[in-house]
Amino acid sequence: MNAANGTRRLLGPFNRVEGDLEVQIETLDGRVEAAWVNSPLYRGFEQILAGKDPRDALTIAPRICGICSVSQSVAAAQALAQAQGTAMAANGRIATNLILACENLADHLSHFYLFFMPDFARAGYAGRTWHAEAVERFAAQRGSASADMLPARAEFLHLTGILAGKWPHTLALQPGGTTRAVEPRERIRLLAIVRGLRRFLEHRLFGDALEAVVALDSATALDAWAQAHADSDFARFLRIADDLALHHLGRASDRFLSYGAYTIDDAKGRVFAAGIWQDGLSALQPDAITEDISHSWLHAQRTPKHPYDGSTLPDADAADGYSWCKAPRYAGEVVEVGALARQVVDGHALIRELVATSGGNVRNRVVARLLELARVLPVMERWVQALRPGDAFCEHGKLPDEAQGMGLVEAARGSLGHWLRIRNGRILNYQIVAPTTWNFSPRDENDVPGALEQALVGTAVDDGGDTVAIQHIVRSFDPCMVCTVH
Amino acid sequence: MSTALRVLWLQSGGCGGCSMSLLNAESPDLYATLELAGIELLWHPSLSEASNGEFIDLLGRICRGEQTLDALCLEGSVMRGPNGSGRFHMLAGTGRPMMHWIEELCGHARYTLAIGTCAAFGGIPMAGDNPGEACGLQYDGDRIGGLLSGDWRSPGGLPVINVAGCPTHPGWVTDTLAQLAMGELPASELDAFNRPRSYTNHLVHHGCTRNEFYEFKASAEQASDQGCMMEHLGCLGTQAHADCNRRPWNGEGSCIRGGYACINCTAPAFEEPGHPFTETPKIAGIPIGLPTDMPKAWFVALASLSKAATPQRLRDNAVADHIVVPPTAHGRKGHKR
Repeated sequence: MNAANGTRRLLGPFNRVEGDLEVQIETLDGRVEAAWVNSPLYRGFEQILAGKDPRDALTIAPRICGICSVSQSVAAAQALAQAQGTAMAANGRIATNLILACENLADHLSHFYLFFMPDFARAGYAGRTWHAEAVERFAAQRGSASADMLPARAEFLHLTGILAGKWPHTLALQPGGTTRAVEPRERIRLLAIVRGLRRFLEHRLFGDALEAVVALDSATALDAWAQAHADSDFARFLRIADDLALHHLGRASDRFLSYGAYTIDDAKGRVFAAGIWQDGLSALQPDAITEDISHSWLHAQRTPKHPYDGSTLPDADAADGYSWCKAPRYAGEVVEVGALARQVVDGHALIRELVATSGGNVRNRVVARLLELARVLPVMERWVQALRPGDAFCEHGKLPDEAQGMGLVEAARGSLGHWLRIRNGRILNYQIVAPTTWNFSPRDENDVPGALEQALVGTAVDDGGDTVAIQHIVRSFDPCMVCTVH
Repeated sequence: MSTALRVLWLQSGGCGGCSMSLLNAESPDLYATLELAGIELLWHPSLSEASNGEFIDLLGRICRGEQTLDALCLEGSVMRGPNGSGRFHMLAGTGRPMMHWIEELCGHARYTLAIGTCAAFGGIPMAGDNPGEACGLQYDGDRIGGLLSGDWRSPGGLPVINVAGCPTHPGWVTDTLAQLAMGELPASELDAFNRPRSYTNHLVHHGCTRNEFYEFKASAEQASDQGCMMEHLGCLGTQAHADCNRRPWNGEGSCIRGGYACINCTAPAFEEPGHPFTETPKIAGIPIGLPTDMPKAWFVALASLSKAATPQRLRDNAVADHIVVPPTAHGRKGHKR
């Protein structure tokens, strides 16, 4: 780490993120001058997977992460499918989308209600007009919202009980589809489960029809809507965001990446489009992805490498290392991933306007996440109705002895990629680039800081140790640290 | 009611999946379940307000004896690498290896619980060459003695309570904590691997929805087939200790109900079965591995007998992904309808 002039402080552990996180900040005149983000846990999944039967990735990879477990499964299954040239059964593709969407929406709920909002109930905000309401509704463990949300979330996850056996850590997701065909009565039940979450969202989170939320197409429309639906959790957040100017907090590079989410079929692409957004859309080129280890506690890789050619070997004494996390770059540049990236790339009018006006920031990240709940749930209802009991759920293929494949998925918190190479019927190399690897990347070989490291710069911090603004920024990315390093 | 059972929940070399599973608690929901059982979360990484220094202060108060700790729950393996240094997991903000924090806190907690197979036995991070030098709290795979020695006992007089599973069922965790809160968890309620008997006195096989296929050895041949997965697809349900098919997951689920093999995730060393997880190892075409407590000769004899007696309906349904031949309906006098 390069020394500078300000005061250094070590922050951590940050809870209400998945996994362990440490941030070092340097402050000058009450503002963050520079930040260094450290992912302090290394387990070595890429080393574990090397040499295994490729099919074992379906058991091992989901266990990288208990909150993005299905995303990891889907990425592994896609990589295997590409390696063996298997197309999915139509039912299996729908079931895969349903299971993935269920995890992603459940994660959005956990993030908003359990991880993000409780910070506004902190005593430090006691003078604010909205504080008493925030305590009543969102206080950690005690707030009334958790009593509403936890049962709704748990019942929604019954979808995985039917389609995937359980959540997290299912083996139902296969290269050719899913292992669990549904009977006609289960299809009815699935519809009831999905509509059960619609009811929670419409009664509690939005206080309005999901379609009305999806139709919000400008900041003006959002403001008017928030006035008219003041007794909703979304409007409560928007009031707090306004008062605290959360749209001025936590801006990173404003370059966004999305792999696109929920495969329709090979010809029609994905429900949410793939691409790169920076003042305009460009096509995704997976070959432009590299990982750099210049500031990681890793060795054996001199220059940034595409994941097919990458390696992951720990070295706790690596010179210049300050994190177990690698520095992924797209065409050499830092990108931000997540719900905001997905929605700006896909082109939702409200999100495009918010990003054009104030960029990627704490408020916009949360707005995009909640919007996505409203956008995806109606699609899930259509998927359930499109299931055809009696037709196949899983196609079968045989893995060649030599092959390679990649799986690109959108987890709740952003873009997840698996790159698999098979030799002699065994895994030769398996490299994983997770959403928070992108967002919480350390500096690269050009000393360019990662997205969170950039987003923290300029944040006001007081000398009394109050770091709540930093916590808002950190949590606005919905980080998953166990995925980050794996 | 007496004072609450005060619980501190820490995570180390795991995936957080046991915490996520815990949030799936139902009837009533997690917070109500804990409150009604007299369980107080002093701190949980996903659920508590306190962060950064507030949390490190809490650890300090516990270590100085200023804060009573009744139950320490660890989720995730103990990371001992590289070279025994523990640097693969330094607790953020403290500059100290997590394994040293865990060891110190275990001495202050009346009871210590390993939540999930990682914390209990080492689990998935021990797979392959165990690059992280992972181990469990009181086990290193299936060998007794992990971070803590085999004869270690908590101040409350119990070994580490291994609530194993990958992930754990929310009920296994809340039931065990409730037993502790009620003072109803004597050592005799733990099995040979110190797992709570409340769920390990059962086999996953109990309540398996594929039992008729098992009885007649009508086997699934590939993923999504409805037949018994023991013969070809690696299912260990007849050997795995857990009540997954008596106490379903996420409403009406379980691994087997989801169409895939039980991989015996509550057992030490499950992460390295010595064969692909979804393939049954065989010698000369005969599967190795027997149902628990089943004499081999009898199993082979019964299997060949039942295979000869398999009804056509089961033969057909076993290799289909939905019912292709429904059970014959009989009238009161046995006439087919």
